[in-house]
Amino acid sequence: MADENRLVINGNELRFEPGETILEVARRNDIDIPTLCYLKGATPTGACRVCVVEVEGARTLVASCATPAAKGMVVHTESPKVVEARKMIIQLLLSSGNHNCAVRGSDGVDWTAFQLKVQAEDSSEELCPVWGDCRLQDLAYRYQVSGDAFEGTPTPYPMETVNPFIVRDFSRCILCGRCVQACNEVQVNNAINFGYRGSPTKIVAAEDKPLRDSDCVFCGECVQACPVGALVEKNVRYQVRPWETEKVRTTCTYCGVGCQLELHVKDGKVVNVTGAEGAPPNYGSLCVKGRFGYDFIHSEERLTKPLIKEDGRFREATWEEALDRVAGRLSEIKDQSGPDSIGVFTSARITNEENYIANKFTRAVLKTNNIDHCARL
Amino acid sequence: MTNTIGCIEKADVILVTGSNTTENHPVLSSFVKRAVKSRGARLIAVDPRRVKIARHAHMHLRQNLGTDVAWINGMMNVIIAEDLYDKAFVESRTEKFEELKKLVIKYTPDYVEAIAGIPAQQLIDAARMYAGAGVASIVYCMGITQHSHGTDNVKSLANLSMLCGNLGMEGGGVNPLRGQNNVQGACDMGGLPNVYPAYQPVSDLAIAKKFEEAWGVSGLPTKVGLQVTEMVPKAHEGEIKALYIIGENPLVSDPDLNHAEESIAKLEFLVVQDIFMTETAKMAHVVLPSKCFAEKDGTFSNTERRVQRVRTAVPPPAEAWDDWKIICEIGSRMGLPMAYENSEAIFEELRKVTPSYAGITYARIDQEGLHWPCPNEEHPGTPVLHKEQFTRGKGLFHAIEYTPPAELTDDRYPMYLTTGRLLYQYHTGTMTMKSEGLNDRAPECFVEIAPVDAARLGLDDGARVKVASRRGGIKAVVQISSKARPGTVFIPFHYAQAAANRLTHAALDPISGIPEFKVCAVKLEKAA
Ligand code: SF4
Ligand code: SF4
Repeated sequence: MADENRLVINGNELRFEPGETILEVARRNDIDIPTLCYLKGATPTGACRVCVVEVEGARTLVASCATPAAKGMVVHTESPKVVEARKMIIQLLLSSGNHNCAVRGSDGVDWTAFQLKVQAEDSSEELCPVWGDCRLQDLAYRYQVSGDAFEGTPTPYPMETVNPFIVRDFSRCILCGRCVQACNEVQVNNAINFGYRGSPTKIVAAEDKPLRDSDCVFCGECVQACPVGALVEKNVRYQVRPWETEKVRTTCTYCGVGCQLELHVKDGKVVNVTGAEGAPPNYGSLCVKGRFGYDFIHSEERLTKPLIKEDGRFREATWEEALDRVAGRLSEIKDQSGPDSIGVFTSARITNEENYIANKFTRAVLKTNNIDHCARL
Repeated sequence: MTNTIGCIEKADVILVTGSNTTENHPVLSSFVKRAVKSRGARLIAVDPRRVKIARHAHMHLRQNLGTDVAWINGMMNVIIAEDLYDKAFVESRTEKFEELKKLVIKYTPDYVEAIAGIPAQQLIDAARMYAGAGVASIVYCMGITQHSHGTDNVKSLANLSMLCGNLGMEGGGVNPLRGQNNVQGACDMGGLPNVYPAYQPVSDLAIAKKFEEAWGVSGLPTKVGLQVTEMVPKAHEGEIKALYIIGENPLVSDPDLNHAEESIAKLEFLVVQDIFMTETAKMAHVVLPSKCFAEKDGTFSNTERRVQRVRTAVPPPAEAWDDWKIICEIGSRMGLPMAYENSEAIFEELRKVTPSYAGITYARIDQEGLHWPCPNEEHPGTPVLHKEQFTRGKGLFHAIEYTPPAELTDDRYPMYLTTGRLLYQYHTGTMTMKSEGLNDRAPECFVEIAPVDAARLGLDDGARVKVASRRGGIKAVVQISSKARPGTVFIPFHYAQAAANRLTHAALDPISGIPEFKVCAVKLEKAA
């Protein structure tokens, strides 16, 4: 029965696979349903309710991320009822913390007082650190709402800055639970969870300890999953804005998993690293080395000029001189003691192209097979 | 790996051994953990240390150091005795089963318990669990290979996998994890003493001829060259007079460092090409500055044989050059013109002489890497090896006896030492130790010791201790932890100031040339 698994979304008749949710069918067909808490690959929770849609015949709006598509369903993703509900949700979220992007509202005294409070808590005079890179802000623009419809709430928990990598800013946390899923379902590090159920809820590590004293391994999956400014890389917070950077996709230089990364570059420097979403082998995940271990690139200690040792000390040399010296000495030794008196250690750290060249040089120029690398070590 | 990283999530049972996966291959470990958590896969961990992945396991077998052949034979003993093996697979796709069967008869669970210290019932349960799987994956790392009989360990795991018909299947396979980012590529590209790119033997005259034509040279050497672990002692003996070391730091990573240092000091000429002034570079006559990964174009091949792009993101510091350009300039000065416009031009040349890479182009891997073998441009790549048959046709069982490690404990050196890596540091630390954050998490060398041993020796957590082997000594801080197996201490090898490799033993596996980093005998004393 070819027609069995079909439903209608916004007037389009669409096929679905048994078990697919309304959201999955819609996304597969380029119908945009906004989401906040939905995390691909994890169990949908329906927590934020931003993805609600209207299903004809249903008494209430349903969360499309958690509702399986069913035969004959008629779905509306942007009906007036849906839009009304989304606006309300977004307004509530915006008013529930330090969401000091301009969309929160801009009407005089209240706004100024709010800004001053946030700036004091943040020790910064700028707008929110993820301004321009925030799913909540995007939604506020899309639905043209601000946060001043409801009264603001006080900040219940102080910021955590006592680890080298991640700042946890509970004043901007919307409790969507994406970080909890990223940590427990994607990386399975089981370091964080909802704590103090009821009000005010907090995302906690262990028995509400700082991350560094918990099972956290600083993979940063939670930071990458956070749709707002609650989890931000320490080196990036108030230092780097997304529009100032260019992203370059490359492969991690540490272990053999070969994770795909985006290097974020500002003024010729790598200022942040994120996992490349949607691509194998890592599908956006990274570990602490791949994500936070990039300082060496711009280290002061990098070698910058060829060096030649004279009387036991190094002096700088030009490339010409250094290359001549190496070629000259290797030729002498090859002539005097034979090709097999020379060895080359190529490297598991350099590219395939470079290893190929090292192999060609050793065999075709030095005329020895004394080439190996430290794979065994 | 015979299979892909993604494949791990399709296994019913995963056997992880000799791999501290969560620390050394963290993102890959999440595939294992997810298989367990979301798909209900069973996980068997076999490791002397209580490594973190064991927390996710249904069974954790803690063997004595260096007894891997014994417990693997023991599992096969149970599987054959209880008739749990895959007869169809063994019959149609393998050879020499009878020899294996005859050998493992002796490795009863009780016999193995006496050698490996794994309770007999645990071994039986693990064997049943592994053999009971629809499809089971084996994941291993240097805890298997870094032994004087590492090759035997690897072959034994292959035996086990074949016995249960787990090769050539999605979710199965025998999967070694590569420690460094491009170990796979360095091997694929002929960075080995016995083979050209794509593992074409140097001693094969037809192959030598092919490369002579491709490179426009004559007289390519056909004698197999020396391995790293042979070149260093040969330098000591004066047979090797010059070394050109690119991007490696053997003076922290080599076994028996005191001896290695003496050997390197005897060289007539040492060139080191690197991004930092490493311990090895300090001993060089000439040091050449190279670019790091963020400054270059090219490809890396990961542990699942996936060839992926590396792209230039930032300019290099001052006069650092591409490694290939430096080598080419030296080669040209020595009489063979080597000039390339860019890394892609090199790739175009190498794929002509590397059959397994022949079908890969930069254009094809722009978005997503391809798994070799990929013989032509229409070929989709090969995620799973040995699907229809093995490279040699039929899979060969190797009947292998257990032999003890090269160095055993005695009255003077009563404890075992095993070495390894930490999550927050990498190899000899030249890169990771430039990061304050990583150093904050893993600031210094330590000796991980079981509570009973610490109590016996009167060592407090955080105390300084002297560790000595027959070859040298270091000082480090005591870390009392139930991760350590009683009688065995663990030391990470990253730290040059307290280099674990001053202690390790340079006994080599006769085939792979891998040193026995995972077992040596030491003694501990409170440091003054
Ligand atoms: S950094 Fe990783 S381990 Fe730590 S809380 Fe976030 S997701 Fe969990
Ligand atoms: S991010 Fe971590 S797991 Fe991924 S390749 Fe780099 S070091 Fe390996």
